[in-house]
Amino acid sequence: MSVLFYGSAIIAVLATLLVITRTNIVHALLYFIVSLLAIAVIFYTLGAPFAAALEIIVYAGAIMVMFLFVVMMLNLGQVTQDQEKAWLTPSVWIGPSIMAVPLLVAVIYAINLNQEQMAHTVVGGKEIGVALFGPYVLAVELASMLLLAGLVGAYHLARK
Amino acid sequence: MEMPTVTMQVIPMEHGLLLAAILFIMGMVGVLTRRNLVFILMSLEIMLNATGLAFIVASSHWGQVDGQIMFLMILSLAAAEVAVALGLVLQLFQKRKTLDINVLGEMKG
Repeated sequence: MSVLFYGSAIIAVLATLLVITRTNIVHALLYFIVSLLAIAVIFYTLGAPFAAALEIIVYAGAIMVMFLFVVMMLNLGQVTQDQEKAWLTPSVWIGPSIMAVPLLVAVIYAINLNQEQMAHTVVGGKEIGVALFGPYVLAVELASMLLLAGLVGAYHLARK
Repeated sequence: MEMPTVTMQVIPMEHGLLLAAILFIMGMVGVLTRRNLVFILMSLEIMLNATGLAFIVASSHWGQVDGQIMFLMILSLAAAEVAVALGLVLQLFQKRKTLDINVLGEMKG
């Protein structure tokens, strides 16, 4: 399990690094899917198999396909890719990257203040269902309203 | 608890949180450096996903279900956000024939 966790973590970080440095959107999407699959494996090793399944079905399945459809509808060609290549110069990305490093260092410091171990338990789909329709039923209703608002908004925006 | 307790090799909690922090920072750098609207949305997805990972790690640490519920909420939020944002991207591209946010930023309200 430990090997699986650290291997998937390395794959996730590398794939995400490739996502934010690609010039071709479809390549970036494919690397993002690799990153999401690696994170799903991490969820599984952390004892959250239901979340792992949802990560693949909803994120890698639905959301990435939505991105892919939009990329197909936009029909961006070689021109956009060359433009991206021209934009992605070190002078552009080096400033934000250097400024992001202190934030990462601060977060690492905060995380390392107290050393904790993970629990050994697996929390499966049944517990999640009981909690979702028990104490969290209001959150489920609100999420459904949010999704309905997203549906209506997307329909309105995409209409000719 | 109904589920069988699987004995796993224990992974320190801070390693999971560390991974979430690294992914989040990478998504943030992506938002700051890219000028293509679709890439910015993808970086936002990376950041949301890293937040969800942090919640799952916390859920695993406490052995409780609440973190996974929050992950589900983040998932539905990401789905709704992407649907609306990609609709906007399509509209803006039809009007301006570009995804450069410097050009799209000249809308003036």
